[in-house]
Amino acid sequence: MSAFWSAWITVITLAVILGCAWLLLATRRSEPHKEATEETLGHSFDGIEEYDNPLPSWWLNMFVATIVFGLVYLTLYPGLGNFKGVLGWTSANQWEEEMAHAEEVYKPIFAKYATMSVEDLQAQPEGLKMGQRMFANNCSLCHGATGAGAHGFPNLTDSDWLYGGAPATIQQTIANGRQGAMPPWGAVLGEEGVRDVTNYVMSLSSADHDADAAVRGEQQFQALCTACHGADGKGVQALGAPNLTDGIWLYGSTFEKVSHTIRTGRNGVMPAHKDLLSDDKIQLITAYVYSLSNK
Amino acid sequence: MIKHETIEKNIGIMILLIILVISGGGLAEIVPLFFSNSTTKPIEGLRTYTALELEGRDIYIREGCNVCHSQMIRPFRAETERYGHYSTANEQVWEHPFLWGSKRTGPDLARVGGRYSDDWHRAHLYNPRDVVPESKMPSYPWLFENKLSGKDTATKMRVLAKLGVPYTEEDAAAAKEQVEGKAEIDALVSYLQALGKTHSVYNNKR
Repeated sequence: MSAFWSAWITVITLAVILGCAWLLLATRRSEPHKEATEETLGHSFDGIEEYDNPLPSWWLNMFVATIVFGLVYLTLYPGLGNFKGVLGWTSANQWEEEMAHAEEVYKPIFAKYATMSVEDLQAQPEGLKMGQRMFANNCSLCHGATGAGAHGFPNLTDSDWLYGGAPATIQQTIANGRQGAMPPWGAVLGEEGVRDVTNYVMSLSSADHDADAAVRGEQQFQALCTACHGADGKGVQALGAPNLTDGIWLYGSTFEKVSHTIRTGRNGVMPAHKDLLSDDKIQLITAYVYSLSNK
Repeated sequence: MIKHETIEKNIGIMILLIILVISGGGLAEIVPLFFSNSTTKPIEGLRTYTALELEGRDIYIREGCNVCHSQMIRPFRAETERYGHYSTANEQVWEHPFLWGSKRTGPDLARVGGRYSDDWHRAHLYNPRDVVPESKMPSYPWLFENKLSGKDTATKMRVLAKLGVPYTEEDAAAAKEQVEGKAEIDALVSYLQALGKTHSVYNNKR
């Protein structure tokens, strides 16, 4: 703040405070009576009259106290322009102190778990509990409070993994995020083609399907879909291509849902958390997620 | 010596003194902020909203999102642990009007960008309970049907430019094309994904 504005603030603030003090004391001094009397102001409204008494001293003293409080406050805390206050307080350094204190208390706890592997953490109930709390704060909005997922957001409690369920893979998924890349096939296959491929895909998990259409769909599946989902439709975890044979469906199992997926594609995104959460927190969340399907 | 009757019985003098005392607060607390670097100079690398994000911001205002969601992370650990670095004035110099909000029925959104996927936002805005069963947020299904015409987008940008937001005439000229025909949900989601992502000065790791 420039010297001008600093002086501006200081002068106005003090002038208002001291002006109020002067007004209070000046009017007090000119009171006709120092004590309560029977004398009235002389007017009467509906028989109600008004004493001409000075302000009770407890009331006056409260005014004085607010003025004194204001001056003490402005001495201790920043308020008068560039004057930092005797205590040197700022909201930012209060936050830093709070953070430093938390670091002191919690760092050793995180440090204890940071050196353990995800497998070893399975035997640490307190560590898993911490992971569960952080999961609730950061992950449950998509994956649900229990990790059971929702339409379009994977269930983490079964043993079916899009990208793999090894500890290192889960950690990768949390830290760097994932970007699903199922392209839309509606334009390539045409409506009939979509129907045929849907029937074939449904047949892979023995769901209700039209066998003749499935035979036609298989040829197109072999030409277009195997690069990601594999010739047997069992998926490729390195690509995040799901297993189509296990009856577990991220985007719904009905004929309409599956054909919609084929027609318009799917691009599920897991946001990266490496810029949001420290490594030791990701480690504990990984351990918790791993524990959901490895009881 | 001044007598209190003089003030109490002359309403003109009383009004004058009241104005004097109250304006003291405004003159000391508000006026200097118009001339302070910390409140008028944008944070390093701050970018403006794209045309689509800008339309999304207006939908955010129209639907009253700011009534239940603040965009103001206070410097307390309890907040920065959950939302990221506390908000500062220099992040907000191009916000007209600012959307700090005053009440949190829902969480703060100042840095919600990138925290959830676009699909999540779409599912959540269509019916919040589909993804967060205990949510009491209203559903906004009409955002999926309403389309943007883009007829006012250029004007909005020109007005903001007059208020000091560095939109150029080219930005305004290209604006309509960028938003016309897009669904309102696309605009709102792109705005939400931009929140906290218009600069990268702060470390939001916790």
